[in-house]
Parts: sequence; structure tokens; C-alpha cells
Amino acid sequence: MPDDLREGRIVIVGASLAGLRAAETLREEGFTGSLTVIGDEPHPPYDRPPLSKQVLLGRMAADAAALPMRRDPDAEWRLGVRATGLDPVGKQVLLADGESVTYDRLLIATGTRARPWRNADEAALDGVFTLRTRDDAGRLTERLAAGPRRVLVIGGGFTGSEIASACRERGIEVTLAERGPGPLVGALGGTLSMLAAGLQRAHGVDLRCGVTVTALRGNGRFTGADLSDGSRIDADVCVVAMGAVRNTEWLAEAGLAAGPRGVACDAGCRAFNMYGIVTDDVFVAGDAARFPHPLFEYQMLSLEHWGNAVTQAEVAAHNMVSPEPARRPHLAVPVFWSSQFGLNIKSVGVPTFSDQVVIAQGSLDERRLVAVYGYRGRITAAVTVNMAKWLEYYQGLIETAAPFPPGPGAADGRPLVAAFPIPSNVPDPKGLFHGPTVALTGYLPDRRLTVVRPAD
Amino acid sequence: MAIDTLLERINDYANRPDPYPLYAELREAGVARQTDGSYLIGAYHDIMALLHDPRISADRRNLAAPYRGLPQEEEQISLIVLDDPEHHRLRSLAMRPFGPPHSPGRLDAMRDEIAQIAEELIEAFDGRARIDIVDDFAYPLPVSVICRLLGVPREDEPVFREWSATIIDSADIKPGADPTERRRVGGRARVEMGRYLVDLAEQRRGHPRDDMLSAFVNEPDPAGLLTREELAATAVLLLIAGHETTVNLITNGVLTLLRHPGQLERLRREPELLPNAVEELLRYEPPVHMRQRTPLANIDVAGTTVPKGVPLVLMLASGNRDPNRFRDPERFDPTRPDNQHLGFGSGIHLCYGGPLARIEAQIALAALIPRLGTTTLVQDPPPYRRSAMLRGPRHLPIEL
Repeated sequence: MPDDLREGRIVIVGASLAGLRAAETLREEGFTGSLTVIGDEPHPPYDRPPLSKQVLLGRMAADAAALPMRRDPDAEWRLGVRATGLDPVGKQVLLADGESVTYDRLLIATGTRARPWRNADEAALDGVFTLRTRDDAGRLTERLAAGPRRVLVIGGGFTGSEIASACRERGIEVTLAERGPGPLVGALGGTLSMLAAGLQRAHGVDLRCGVTVTALRGNGRFTGADLSDGSRIDADVCVVAMGAVRNTEWLAEAGLAAGPRGVACDAGCRAFNMYGIVTDDVFVAGDAARFPHPLFEYQMLSLEHWGNAVTQAEVAAHNMVSPEPARRPHLAVPVFWSSQFGLNIKSVGVPTFSDQVVIAQGSLDERRLVAVYGYRGRITAAVTVNMAKWLEYYQGLIETAAPFPPGPGAADGRPLVAAFPIPSNVPDPKGLFHGPTVALTGYLPDRRLTVVRPAD
Repeated sequence: MAIDTLLERINDYANRPDPYPLYAELREAGVARQTDGSYLIGAYHDIMALLHDPRISADRRNLAAPYRGLPQEEEQISLIVLDDPEHHRLRSLAMRPFGPPHSPGRLDAMRDEIAQIAEELIEAFDGRARIDIVDDFAYPLPVSVICRLLGVPREDEPVFREWSATIIDSADIKPGADPTERRRVGGRARVEMGRYLVDLAEQRRGHPRDDMLSAFVNEPDPAGLLTREELAATAVLLLIAGHETTVNLITNGVLTLLRHPGQLERLRREPELLPNAVEELLRYEPPVHMRQRTPLANIDVAGTTVPKGVPLVLMLASGNRDPNRFRDPERFDPTRPDNQHLGFGSGIHLCYGGPLARIEAQIALAALIPRLGTTTLVQDPPPYRRSAMLRGPRHLPIEL
């Protein structure tokens, strides 16, 4: 490694999972220069998945979720101070306290925040929460422990569903309002959404689909909400779980290709500037990044997944201290998981990148199944419900662009179901020309190569 | 020699002390079709992929007719040779009194007892110049532990020892041989052993003690109850698997450490390395060398089509020495990082008793290592047990 890459000043903006893993990797890769990590929360890096699960159930304190460090990254931690701007010419990160930090190479890992309720006055009512940070989780848990009569959850995505699950497990009445036709439909499509809806109702969730919340009511304290179907919900806690907003506003003047969908970067995690020219010294990783993925027809993906934050941060850190020929692409197949209503749901690939779905193993009735998603005749995703041990097999099929539907022969498969794929009922990705298929090969990260097969 | 006789050569008792050159030959070949129609797989990544492939069945009834043998009159089928969803249901029920989520603290609570059993066995070494690691330590230790855990009287060991040996022999992977007669003899032993264990369990119905047989018959949730046949098959499996494999792990461990005195000395100085050393033993000298499966469809393995219904033999011990997965695989390295070995298999049939085997081996070696200061092997290689699948020394005499 040339000395100029091993030394110098690296600044990481964002002190959560991606920021920490990048810092560790930089040291593992032999970076000996100065390293600064900036985070707007006052806490050292912590893990978010337990916040909507064990923490809400009271099985784990909100402040007990610190991320274990693989090694001391020997960094200067600037915690509790927000980055407010970036000067790419002067190579400085501007901070909310008026100071600035100079860098030679920069990693943007500012992630996302919870999308706030649109009406600020209503959002300010006592009893209205979002759930993203450990402070959020601590406050919400306290309120759940006080035994509210009813909780209203707005949004039936993964976070909203997990919150509803935790409420039911604590014996709290809960209403979940979802704008779409069913919970999880945006992430998993229609078939598994039906399973999720049935499950929520079986667990006593008052599930309202196809409705929006038009107003939050209360006088200082939240007391209920009006729904678009004219009904009214009386509740004393409201959790707004309407997805996330990417933290890119601080980059508005930086001249980068940054916007509400994230910071665009190449497969090597280098940020694009506003003209689409790749930068040399600004890298992006984690939820804030938008990157092209060859398995999904080079569409720009932005992922809010734990696993993606880790692998992308590792690739970004490696590339920050490696000369060009040694740089690696971030080609990891997206993986995420959720636990709710006694189910363990795991996904590999991109289920929304699909036009059809089959149940390849298990069944909806057993609540144990593998759903395989296909797009134009090849496998693009698989979701397991209580059958996570099979995930690896389907990951292999996704990586090799195996034909969809998968062949018969699964020991616990239902041949009749597998023979009749049904529409996956996720919004069809925008029309694309018939391009090449791409397969990932190799077992080690540094041996991952793309093999482009010309279209038939 | 021809690659299509490799399984025969692996089974040849003369190769028991060192089958590893044969495994290297197998990895070189990729996929090896045998003259009897079975297929051997020896590369780590191929084995791993097959263990996670839903088209691979553990149920021998899916073998094509020529490999299946004749149907048996009374056949006891345990979860280890069943596919999901039956396998999942039985394994979940068997797990209730053994591990998480229903019994998370069960094994940890046994640590002191296991250590005490180990100490008692070691105390009996006093005054003796020569002992047999197998008969004096590595066999009685896991037998005592599994008896205690299941609730089988320890003094009944001579009773079940013979059944166990017969069943192990009948389950061995032997090329070419017609399995009918072996399966008949093994099946009879299973039925007898199952009856014995169900009788023991029935005595505890309504009078539960702190053991797994009691838990199985006194389960309050009707959905959590095993049928009589399922209980027999599960109890037989747990009793046999609970000791026949761990004896190999402990014995192979002692043998390997005595062959690597530098590493033995290091573990004496740094006992905190022991958990990692046990993982390395599971890679380097695993107790179970191979498992047999059946493809339910024609499947592609490393460019070869393996036909539906043939016996597919996964050489776990070969995958453990695959240089494409492990750096310097022929080296025994108790500090080896990233050691995701195949010692307990992988996928849905991942060893049920693995957590117990780990604890037993760690405690057994921790207790034994301080006593191995000036020990020498009387015989190297030692005499081995017959089985190539459950490979380990029959005796391991050492001079203290």
C-alpha cells in the first residue's frame, strides 16, 4: 500500500453501525493516520434492531444495546455534535458547534432518521412517538410499561409491525393503520402480506388497511386520531412508523449527487458529484448510500439493512486505503430479518424486484415457508418464515441468476404450488430493456467478480 | 488407483488410521461416482451447498429401489433420517427439555456435574502406570452424562452397550453391500432398545424426575407430546448419539494433543484457548466422518449431474481439510480463526447434541491436560473402531 493512502486524515460522519465498522476496518487494513468519527447522538455506537424488539418488551434496557467493538479503532470521537455542511474544495466538514474538521478522505455514513408526523403541532402532543434512536426506545418503553389503554401505530412496515407485536405481547390493545392493502406489502408483496395480516388479527391487532390517519387529536396530550374512512380511534399512545428519511440535508451545498433518496455512489462506494462524476476522496456507506447493483440490472439501490451497513462500510473502508487496482465492488446480496408475532422472517435478495412469487417450501397454513421471487424468469429474492436455515441455498440461486420458478424436488415442497407461480403484487419495477443477466461468483470478498452473460 | 473404488478404500480397515490422503484424492476428483452407483463429495463448498439444498433428502426411503433394500416389517425412523416438516416437528419436541427456547439453562446447569464425573474418573488413575483413555475415561464420561440427562440408570450400561454397537454397525455406510440383512438386525436392536427406554419413561409418568425421559412423558401441552413410537425412536437416537460420538471427540482430542506436545504444553499454560481448541479438533479429527443423503431431483454438483435417488455420501472430514476453505488445513492449530468446520454438519440437521458435546469435550480435556505431563502413547497409531463413519480409536493406551 502506498504510504499516502496509509496515512493522512480520515473523517467519518456518522457514528452508528456503518461508521463504527468502517473505522475498525480502516485500522485492520493498516491505516495509521488520524481518524475522526462525528455523530449527532451523544452515545457511542449502538445496535438498533433490538430497539423495536427486546427493548420494547422490557427484556433489555435501551442503553444496553452498545455495539461491541471488534477492535479499538483508535479514533477521536466527536459525539453529540451534528455535521451541518461540507466544503469539498477546502476539504472540511462543518459542525453545528461552529468548528470544522479537515479531511483527506471522507466517509459519509449519516444514515436515516424516522420520518416525522407531517403536522408539527400534532407531532408535539405528549404521547406521540417515533422509533429510531435508543432515546426514542427508552421513552416509548417507559410509556408502554405504564399500561396505556390503546396504542395507535401508524404504518404497517417492519418497524410498525414489530411495535404492534411488542404491544400485543405486553397485553396492550393496539390499532395499526396501514395505507396499503396490508402490512409489509411494500417490502414483501401481496402473498406474504396476507400471511402477515392474518397473523396480526390472530394476535388481536385491530388492523385497519387502506386507510390513512388524517389528524392526531389531543389537548397537550394525545387522545386519539381520525382516519380517512371517517372512523376515530381512541388511544393514549401513538407511534408514527412511516419509514425513514435520509440524512443528506447537510450535503445540500456540497455539490454531491445527494438528495432524499440518498447519496449516489459507484459500486466501490465513491460518491458521485452533482454532474455524475465520481469523486476520489468522498465515500458513502450504509443507509445513506445509493449504489448500482449488477444483480438487479444495475438499478441504484438504497437499503436500510443492518447487514448492508456492515458489508458496505467494510468495502468503503478497504477502498479508502487501497490503490485503484486493489479496490473491491460492493456486490453483497441484500439480507434482512424481522421478528414479530412469534415469527422469524428473513429475506435475501430484493423481493420488490419481482413480478412473480411461489411458495417453494412449507406452506402458509404451517406458517413455515420459503417464498421465492422471480423477475422475468430468474430468481431475484427469497423470504423465509421460520425456515431461515434454507436461506443460503436461495442466496446461491439469486447470485447465479438461476431460472424462476425454481425446479421441483424440495423435500418439503408442495409441487402443485411450485408449479403455479402467482403475481408477486409488488409495484412492477419500471419497464426495462432486455439487458444481460449478471451472476456473482467466488467465495471470498476479494474474489467476487461479475460474469456478464449476453442476453439470449 | 481408480477413483470409483474410493469409498471401498475408505471403508478398508487398513486405512482407518489415516484416511486423509484418500480424502485429498476425492477433492482432486471433485465428484466421485463409485462402481455401486453412489456418489462421493469431498470439497467443503460443495458439501456446504448440499447440506443447505432442499432437494437433498435425509430419508433413505427416497433411495431408488436398487439401493433401498427390502422394506422392513417394523421400522423405527428417527428425526435424523427424516425431512421437514416431520423432522422439524420432532426436533422441536425433542429440543423442549434440552435447549432453548424452552430449556435455555439446561446444559449450563450440568457443567459442575460433568466436571465431577471427569474428576472421579481421573482420581481412579492414581497408582496406575498405564491406562486406556477410551475405557477409563472417554467412554464412561459421556455415558454417565447422557444417562443422567435422559434418566437412564447408569448400571444398565452393559444392557444398552450391545444394542448400541449393533445399531451403529447397521447404520454404517458400506458400498455395494445389500443393506437388507444389516437393517433387519439393526432394526431389531432399535425396537428392543426403544421398548427398554419407553418402559423407563413410563415409570416416570406422573412421577417426574429431573431428566428428559420424564419431561417427554409429562409434557403438559398436548401438542408437545411425542407418540410412543416417536418417543422410542427419539430416545434411542439421543442415547446412542449422546455417547458414541463424544467418545471419539475426547479420544481423538487426547491422541491429537499427545501427537502435538507443543500445543499440549500451550493449552496447559493457556487453558482459555480450550474452547477454540475443541473447535479445531472438530475440524481436524471429527467424530463423524460422513453422512449419506439422497437427491430428490437430478442435481448439478461442481459440473457433474448427480441423478435422483442415488446414495450421495458427503465426506464431512474431507471438507474439513479442504485447502480452498482452510489455510494450511493439515496443520492442527488450536488458535485457528474463522473455523466454520463441518464437525457438526450444517443446515437443518446440524448436530442436535453439539452444544453438549462441546461442553463435555472442553471439561474432559481441561481436567485431563494437567495429568498428561509426561505421558507417552503406547501405540501409535492406536487400534481403531471398525466404523469409517464414526471414526475413532477403540483403545488408546497411554503410560502416565
